[in-house]
Amino acid sequence: MRREAPQRLADYGPLLFPAGMLIVFFVIPFATMIAVSFFQRDPAGFYSTAFVFDNYARFLSLFFGKVLGFSLFLAVTVAICCVVIAVPFTYLLSRARRRTQVLWLVALLSVLSLSEVIIGFAWSTLFSRTAGITNLLVAIGLMSEPVALNPSFGAVLTAMVYQALPYTVLVLYPALVRLDPTLTEAARTLGASPVKSFFTVVVPALRNTIVATLIMVFIFALGSYLLPQILGRPQHWTLSVLITDQAIYQSNMPFAAAMAVFLVLVTLGLVGLTLIATRKGEAA
Amino acid sequence: MTTFLQRLYLGLVGLFLSLPLIVVAGVSVNEKQTLAFPPQGFSLSWYGEIFANPEWRNALLASITLAAVSAALALAIALPLAWFLWRRHAPWANIFQLLGIAPFTLPPVITALGLLTFWATTGFYGQPWTAAISHAIFFVTLPLVTLSLGFSSIDRSLVEAAATMGADDRTIFRTVVLPLILPYLVSGYAFAFVLSLNEYIVAYMTVGFTMETLPIKIFNALRYGYTPTMASVTILFVAIAALIFGLVARFGDLPKLLGAMANTDKQ
Repeated sequence: MRREAPQRLADYGPLLFPAGMLIVFFVIPFATMIAVSFFQRDPAGFYSTAFVFDNYARFLSLFFGKVLGFSLFLAVTVAICCVVIAVPFTYLLSRARRRTQVLWLVALLSVLSLSEVIIGFAWSTLFSRTAGITNLLVAIGLMSEPVALNPSFGAVLTAMVYQALPYTVLVLYPALVRLDPTLTEAARTLGASPVKSFFTVVVPALRNTIVATLIMVFIFALGSYLLPQILGRPQHWTLSVLITDQAIYQSNMPFAAAMAVFLVLVTLGLVGLTLIATRKGEAA
Repeated sequence: MTTFLQRLYLGLVGLFLSLPLIVVAGVSVNEKQTLAFPPQGFSLSWYGEIFANPEWRNALLASITLAAVSAALALAIALPLAWFLWRRHAPWANIFQLLGIAPFTLPPVITALGLLTFWATTGFYGQPWTAAISHAIFFVTLPLVTLSLGFSSIDRSLVEAAATMGADDRTIFRTVVLPLILPYLVSGYAFAFVLSLNEYIVAYMTVGFTMETLPIKIFNALRYGYTPTMASVTILFVAIAALIFGLVARFGDLPKLLGAMANTDKQ
């Protein structure tokens, strides 16, 4: 059966419920949020109607600049760490037996679906003084007494890499499975070591995929809102944490909305970049 | 030698992914209320605590109800949409596909804040059912993606055969299409269910002050210090996720669902 254009009005029937739900509960909330970003804060309620740019003007402060700078820096670092670990891993995974692949995929999905709360709790336990990893180092004689490793930047970074790594692998997976195995075989036949053929054949062939993945993981890391709170100090707070904080604890919805709009613009810009990167990849 | 290095690398990544969970599992069987690893004594009472303590039990029930309802609603949105996009040639309708994927692509705090302002403006802020709708919208991407994949894998000649024999759209859907996409329907539901179970920020921003889901309960408990129940709940959640994804893998084609080609070229 060929796909045909809808002819009668009734043909649009099935679209009614999905379209209605998405418009009412996604488009309208989104528009409400943009509108609220121009409203004024009302200490008595959520906000009062107005049209002001004050909420956006607050971005020009040094404090906000620091938070934004740190958020971007943290997300970039997480993205680079994840891609560096995930590319060789996914490559090996895509060459493994099917049963092994399925087992890994189940494990990766299970970790990926874990709540940020749970990941934060698990790592805070691992970094704690009483039950943490330093006890192990004491036991084998590398350290004299256990210490707490959080709150610290390292703790935030480790947990965020942990959170984003399964995502990175799953983004890379389709591209690596489709990678023509004869490419590396040819390199091996010509005498390159497996490591050399990986870096000279696999990595260049995947350049555009890797760039697109970096951007996607960057966006994913930008969305982390609990790990910096649980494992870091206030100077490790990101834009996402600040938005939550303003909306819930400071009851300043207009400012939170303005920051969210700003975050959307950053994200959309990056999605645009991803599309350009992958399109170039298809052309090549 | 190289095989050894490859295994070592896979093993190290595996260790990194499992280490926090191993420690939490160890902590969860401590006999007393201490945060100690290796565990002192052995007791499964902290697992019993999830069901015995009314606060944890209610949070678990709230989470499971929310996940079951919102995943069903997500499916109800995704199924007609995916079917329409597959059956009809209407390029402008792709905008709804895009709208379905957007909430999942943007940082979650944005969808959460959008919904918070919306529920606050309409005056329904805090009602439990708003969380179900919010999660359904937030996770509609998952059934939408699996169903689109399912529909695209249907051999159109099967549908054509049914149509030439006089079956109308409704009959074709029930007798041909539905059985073929059932695995994708189930996995779409499973993905949405597990992620809803673990979701924090959208639930917190919409119903955080009136209803406690398990992630909200863990976070609130975390602020007042440590109880081993957090550890046992964590392990319970990992087990639920592993079980559900294991079932999806058992009855469906997980590599294909995750975007790999049909596995005819591998054993």
